Amino acid sequence: MDRIAPRTGLAAALAARGLQAVLVALIVGVVSFAMMQALPGDAAYRIAAGRYGYDMMDAASAEAVRIELGLDRPWVVQLLSWLGALAQFDLGRSLVTGMPVVEEVAHQLGYSLILAAGAVFTSVLIAVPAGIAAGLHPGGAFDRLTLGLSILVRAIPAFALGVVLILLLAVHAKLFPVAGFRGPEHLVLPSLTLGLGLAAVSNRVVRDAVVDAMAADWRLFARTKGLPAHRTVIHHVLRNAALPVVAYVGVQLAYLVEGVVIVEAVFAWPGIGHALVHAIFSRDIAMVQGTALTLGLLYVVLNLLIDLACRGIDPRSRSSA
Amino acid sequence: MSRLLCAALCAFALLISAPSQARDKTEVVIAAPWEVTSFDPAVSGFAFQRLQIMETLVDANAEGQLRPGLATHWAASDDGLEWTFSLREGVRFHDGTPLDAEAAAAALKRAAAQPGVLTKAPVAGIKVRDGAVVVMLERPFAALPALLAHSTTVILAPAALNADGDPAAGIGTGPFKIDAFSPPQSVTLVRNDDYWGQKASLGQATYLAAGRAETRALLAESGDADLVFTLDPSGFARLGSVDAVKTVSVPIPRVVTLKLNAGHPYLSDPRARQALSLAVDRAGIATGITRFPEAAAGQLFPPALDQWHDKSLEPLGHDVRKSKALLAELGWEPGDDGILTRDGERFSLLLRTFPDRPELPLIAAALQDQWRAVGVELEVSVSNYSEIPAGHKDGSLHVALYARNYGLTPDPIGTTLADFGEGGGDWGAMGWENATVAEALAAIAASDDSAERKLHIGTVVKALQQELPVIPIVWYQHTAAIASGLDGVVIDPLERSYGLSAVKWIE
Repeated sequence: MDRIAPRTGLAAALAARGLQAVLVALIVGVVSFAMMQALPGDAAYRIAAGRYGYDMMDAASAEAVRIELGLDRPWVVQLLSWLGALAQFDLGRSLVTGMPVVEEVAHQLGYSLILAAGAVFTSVLIAVPAGIAAGLHPGGAFDRLTLGLSILVRAIPAFALGVVLILLLAVHAKLFPVAGFRGPEHLVLPSLTLGLGLAAVSNRVVRDAVVDAMAADWRLFARTKGLPAHRTVIHHVLRNAALPVVAYVGVQLAYLVEGVVIVEAVFAWPGIGHALVHAIFSRDIAMVQGTALTLGLLYVVLNLLIDLACRGIDPRSRSSA
Repeated sequence: MSRLLCAALCAFALLISAPSQARDKTEVVIAAPWEVTSFDPAVSGFAFQRLQIMETLVDANAEGQLRPGLATHWAASDDGLEWTFSLREGVRFHDGTPLDAEAAAAALKRAAAQPGVLTKAPVAGIKVRDGAVVVMLERPFAALPALLAHSTTVILAPAALNADGDPAAGIGTGPFKIDAFSPPQSVTLVRNDDYWGQKASLGQATYLAAGRAETRALLAESGDADLVFTLDPSGFARLGSVDAVKTVSVPIPRVVTLKLNAGHPYLSDPRARQALSLAVDRAGIATGITRFPEAAAGQLFPPALDQWHDKSLEPLGHDVRKSKALLAELGWEPGDDGILTRDGERFSLLLRTFPDRPELPLIAAALQDQWRAVGVELEVSVSNYSEIPAGHKDGSLHVALYARNYGLTPDPIGTTLADFGEGGGDWGAMGWENATVAEALAAIAASDDSAERKLHIGTVVKALQQELPVIPIVWYQHTAAIASGLDGVVIDPLERSYGLSAVKWIE
């Protein structure tokens, strides 16, 4: 344990994350640029295809794109001009739509964050009660049942799960709309699709954390000193079990923001995963760099938030030992 | 604990599910696969035209006949080098500014400088004279009005351009105007109460781009979308048994074709191309994959293009024995593994196609199988469609499979000229030159005399059928699912319009 005063600790943590953010920005920008350069196929043709569709796209339009965007410049010049603009907080314009990258990313990231939040909320709502119930009686009927269900749900691809949920809850039961993003009711099915997949794993994390906490020496001590079982659970077990769970939710959040491409496609949801895939297809380097940069920085911010949450839960990391 | 869980879930569901929305009966939701990414007509004009937000100078009816749009009449000068388009009076853009010749000419100049159909015409300049738009040509081009019906030539208001001259808003003249624009997934429209023509009866409409065919079919089935376009065969079949929805399919001038590199030593002899065509079981593909048996393409141009479709032509058939005989004539002999060889070379080709139209890779796999039966080995590469024009340019292409739209404009001459005229085209002939066809096409483009056109079209169609620079496989069907309470829906075979302004709900 380091012996730094709590405030310095917090400031140091923030400074470290700040430095990390700058490094991430540089590395992500350069690496994504290099990867786009390494992809096979002529970028001008791909960009023209992305812009004009195949009824209109031909070699002449590709050559026009090459001249317009300066794709015939040496790659070093192209990379330096991107970095120069980035230093002035300018992400440039999408090569396909011509809109500022910042606007496009902000629009799509917003929808992705809403979906990610909905999915995590749903998964916590399912996983925490189920995990605690299973963890309090390891090996019991409920534990075995949730294990079986977890394996089953995890084994179904998100795409298939989404279509099954649409069929059951939207087409037959008519509870929710099928797809689109016009109101909060449109969030339910995609959140549930993703949330179920997440909960399938995270309920086992909760369950294991609860089992560990229940078997810990300090819990035996609490019981020995005369606390009733339910009070040890509420005051000690849950707080201790929360630590690995919160850390795991952080991992899931990051996975969610980029891992929802299929679910976004099934539910016609305008998210950043969908945007990134399309940008890669059509060699929209500015959008790829902008999106990758945003996702990279988002990781940093999420890590910071998880650090802070864990500091809140675990007093040992706050006070000097 | 599980009861608690159940209660929590129910509470959550209640909390976020608004009471099932009974949609207003003056609104429709349209679902289609195509994303709307930009205000630029060169990129998203197709959507703005179909949704009747923006209009072209020339309009066309469902039969492909031209009729006045924003221009009331048009005429060519005696030498055919100057076309004058007189504009409709009293038309206003959605922002209230009047449509004048300056605005229309500016929009057309922009269109001519960008990829689009206007680049297919020999345009020398566009100017304004006496309140009319004048298009000057380098040589006579009778199909110019047909090109000005295309979505890349819609008239965008000058006020929609930003300081850099790029479109930053979707201001048109149509019966609907944009209320909310959420690229790439959705556009919300409201009725334009100041429209110059028949005003729409719908108050509002929403366009939703849903990329997956399963999603679109489910949107139609659940009633979340009232007009759903481009269904996959299984979705189309299932929706046929749903009461609240009616399904329609109309043949459209889009053709799944195989582009052959006639400059390739294996493919340069017309007999080789005929043999490969005879090896294709079009009826099998049309029945098993696209599921419209009548759509097997016996010739390149489908019946929807009635001037170009020749009923008297003998349809391209399926005859494995004849195919093998033709290949044997060319010196090919079966090798040990059944693949043909000639002078120590295997008859092996690479086919390029792309997955954006989901049936293409399936058809490619079927062709692979069918060609193997005559001893031709076909490797399939499924990639981005831009690999096809790229391969055309650098000469590396062997065979490509794609769906070509000969109905981009009401008169397909622009497309056919680009595809089979001098030098061939990115999406047409490759390494194939036929002076008779090129001359006939040039004559069709220059002429508006229907007897003369007919004669030349006959020449072109027969030569294409005989020499097969491209091998037609199946014609396309445009499919749609329509909520049964909707009245007035017309499915446009040219895909120019969703016809929303004539649509209304019946009780």
